[in-house]
Parts: sequence; structure tokens; C-alpha cells
Amino acid sequence: MPVVCCAFCAASRIDTRGDSLEKYTTDSELPQNEDGDARERHEILPARVSRRSFLTQLGAAGIAVTAPPALAAKAGTAVLEPDAQEAPALGDAVALTLKVNGKARSLKIDPRTTLLDCLRENLNMPGTKKGCDHGQCGACTVHVNGRRVNSCLSLALMHSRDEITTIEGLGQPGHLHPMQAAFVEHDGYQCGYCTSGQIMSAVALLKEPVGPSDEDVKQAMYGNICRCGAYENIVAAVQAGRSHA
Amino acid sequence: MDAFQFTLAETLKQAVASGAQSRTAQQGAQVRFVAGGTTLIDLMKLNVERPRQIVDINGLPMDRIVATADGGLILGALARNADVARHPSVERDYAVLSQALLSGASPQLRNMATTGGNLLQRTRCVYFRDPAHACNKREPGTGCSAIDGYNRMHAILGTSEHCIATNPSDQNVALTALEATIQIEGVKGKRTVPIGDFYLLPGSTPERETVLEPGDVITSVTLPAPKPGTNSLYLKLRDRAAYEFALASAAIVIKASGGRIETARVALGGVGTRPWRSLEAERALEGQSANKETFRAAAEEALKDARPQSDNGFKVELAKRCIVRALTMAVATKTA
Repeated sequence: MPVVCCAFCAASRIDTRGDSLEKYTTDSELPQNEDGDARERHEILPARVSRRSFLTQLGAAGIAVTAPPALAAKAGTAVLEPDAQEAPALGDAVALTLKVNGKARSLKIDPRTTLLDCLRENLNMPGTKKGCDHGQCGACTVHVNGRRVNSCLSLALMHSRDEITTIEGLGQPGHLHPMQAAFVEHDGYQCGYCTSGQIMSAVALLKEPVGPSDEDVKQAMYGNICRCGAYENIVAAVQAGRSHA
Repeated sequence: MDAFQFTLAETLKQAVASGAQSRTAQQGAQVRFVAGGTTLIDLMKLNVERPRQIVDINGLPMDRIVATADGGLILGALARNADVARHPSVERDYAVLSQALLSGASPQLRNMATTGGNLLQRTRCVYFRDPAHACNKREPGTGCSAIDGYNRMHAILGTSEHCIATNPSDQNVALTALEATIQIEGVKGKRTVPIGDFYLLPGSTPERETVLEPGDVITSVTLPAPKPGTNSLYLKLRDRAAYEFALASAAIVIKASGGRIETARVALGGVGTRPWRSLEAERALEGQSANKETFRAAAEEALKDARPQSDNGFKVELAKRCIVRALTMAVATKTA
């Protein structure tokens, strides 16, 4: 049997064909048995291993290995707390209905959950990104009642009366918001990690008192840091998006 | 972050009663009100703030900006910084406040942060923000890591041997120059505190920053009616052009006619342990000719008691130049 050291390695065997396979393995028999090996691996892996699902599994495995049993159990119960009969005790999960992208979502969460973590971890909407987690980078920008905010510095429980809009609610492939299309057209990113926050800010400023010049756009966008430094293209994208929106 | 109970305040009375359960309203409070959350949630993630109860006051009707009968303006404690900065009356009559707000934080943060929350914004001292270091403000009696540490950003006015942390707010410097008053609802009822009496010097109790007691809720801030012919301006000097705290800043409210200064209010940011009003500078300005020599003399007066630390000696001259430049710009501004 060929040696598979990790899920990435195994996924590579499934998805890759040809000589390049050899750099992923030390097993000289693999090329001859490629089909059989691939079928075998396919059975034990999800049909497609995404970066997110892989990292999530890796993260869970990491906790199981490193955390003491009591802590692991506590982490597990935080979102699975059964309905309490009395007022929630310190640390208990509490019920919340959050309106996100026009849909009411009911869930139970640890009161400590930020709006950002709630969107990403509880509602499985990873389009909103966690950068600094301290309100200094803007990657987590979402709209609350149409205004842009840093979702990392807000508790989810503070938003039971609000309308939340995330990047997932702006547009989807095939039906992009004009600002999303402008970012694609003008290559307004490099690695892409800050992009959803940049776009949420750019869409919000359409309704803010922002002057017409590039300098005005830079002023209005300074709450969104791009570590790759793609600012030239971001400004061009925002200007194009403003003219099309 | 420590676990806490989360409650929504339906009425002001409820909020006061919840807050009154806390042993203190200062550092170490067991009950905290949350409005914008931009300071509190940040510090809770760092384990600098560890409340056992969070009371969400966003549902209280305290977000309006309304004119007073005598021509002043009341800013509701929950009015967002962005809304105050862009309010037509603020832009017209209190330019120094609009400019100060727009020079701080980011558009996202200004949409969240409130007038009352900004009054209680905590210092950005890196040692205060890091529980691995000794800090008298965070843990009274443990010592001050900044005095022997890296203190380039720290205060040169109002310091003590126990604390040299700056008040980081821009808004509060403008409100100080405007002589705003703060309305508070507490266990014993309502009271009004002039902003000049609201902040405490660190002395030997740097964990106490304001006169607030358990249960106190800031309900509004009142700006006195602007005096006709008065100009106001905020000048902020910092390491980069945006999204950065002040190394030195100046808020000026001045009335000059015929080249002579009638009244002047001068407050400084980035250099003091609290928003720093300089009565010395004001005395050196009033009744004098509005020229560079007068401005420089006022700046010298404002900084005469400055006590720089090992890394922030540059702030003394920077603050003086900030005052001179701000005064020069303020008297050159066309009166509305």
C-alpha cells in the first residue's frame, strides 16, 4: 500500500493524474496501481476536500489532542446546551434569532460569541473574514441596518433587533453586485483575504457623503487594510463600482 | 474572554439598577454597559475587562441630537460618532467636534461608537492592554511598566509615578474646549457634571478615571450655545495620515476681532492623562494680539509643566507647534 501522510496528500492522489504524482509519494508501485489506489482513497475521503473543511477537521483534531478532557467537553456543550428551565446561568448558551441576508436564523450561542464568529462558525457563512479580531483591519466588515461595522467588536446577542447583511447577501456567482463585479474586473485584490470586507465597505460608502476623487475614496476606505498592498486596484474598482451601482 | 450574563435594558431605571450591583464603575467593574462595544469587547478579548454581566443599553431612547432652548445642542449618549460628526448643526456651530470625530478611528468604528462610550474610551497604553505586564491602572499596586519601558506614545502632562497613560480620545478633547456638560442618571437621580470635572488625574489611583459611581448611566452631553463670531478647529498630529491615535492634538475655540483675541479655549490630546484643558494658554491669549508671538507664548505656557519620559521628549516641542499651528489656522478660518 502507498503511504498517505495527510488529507492533502490523499486528495492530491485523487485529483491528480500523470507523472507529477510521484512527487507526492515514496511508493514506487503507485503509478501502476493508480486507479485502484484512487478508488480506495475515494471511499474514505469526502467527495471533495475543501480547504475550509480540511482545516476545520484539522482544528477539531488539534483540540481533541491538546485540550484536557474537561475543557474539550465544555467546548462541545457550549452550542449544544439543552433548553434550560430557569434563567441561563453564567456560561450557558442562550437563544437568539438573527436576521441575516433577509432570513431569520434561530440558534443557541455562548453569550461571548461575537457577530463575526456567529456568522462564520454558528451560521456557516465564512465569507466574512477574521483578520485582526480587534477592529483594526476591516476584514470582518458587514452591514448592520445598512451601515458598515466591524463584526469582530460586536456581540451577536446585541443584534436581535437588526438586519445583518454579509458578502453572501450582496450577490452570488452569476448575479454579482456591481461592486463585486468591479473588484473582479479591476483585479482589486491579491490574496483576497481582505476582499469581502473591502467590498462591504465599498458598497456602504455608496450611501455615505463621499466626494468624487480617488483621494476621497482612500479616505472613505481607510478602515480596510490590504496587507498585499493592492490599493491602486482597489481604488479603481471602487470608483468603477460607484459609476455602475 | 470570561463568561458573563447578557441582559437587555428595557428602561433607564433597569440599567441603573443593574449597574448598581457592581462594586465599582471603574477598572474591574463586575457590571458593564455595552453600547457600540468598540472599546469594551476589544478589552474583554484581551482579558483586561472581565465583567460578569453585560447590560446592552442600545434599546434605550438616548440616540437623538436635539437643539436646546438657548441655542445649544444635546447629543444623546447613544448618538453614533458618525451621526454626530455629520450633523448639520455640529458641522456649522461646533466644527472642532466634527473634525475631531472624523479624525478618529475608521468609518466602521464611527458607525458603532457612541458619544457616551467615547467619553469612557480607555487608554491605548500597550502595557495596560497586555495582562502579562504590570500595570497600576489594570491591577492596582502592581507597578507601571511604561515608566521604565517603551513610552513614546505616553503622556507628558498630568502624569504620576504610578501611571503615565494618555486618554486616547479625540472627541473628548473637542468637548473639553467646547466646555460641554455631561448628564448622568444614577442611583440618587440625575446630575450634570462639567467635562472639566469628569476626568480624574491618575495620582495614586489610576484605576479610577472618572467620577462615575456604580449604576451611573451617561444619558447625554450638552454643548453650550456657540458665541457669535467664534471659530473652532481640531488639529491632530500622528504617525500616519489616518486610522491612528494622536501624538499631539489641539482643539481651539477662539473669538478674535480687529486682530485682538477676545476669548480662547485650548485643549490638548495625545499628551495628557486626561483630555487636557490649558487655562495657562488661554490666559496668555485673551486680550492679546492674534499673532505668532502670542501663539508661541501661549504654547510655552501650556507645556511649562510637561514631564517627558525616556522616549517621548519630542512631544513637548510637537505639542507646542501643534498649538501654534492650530491657533494660526483657527483665526484664519472664515467665521460662519
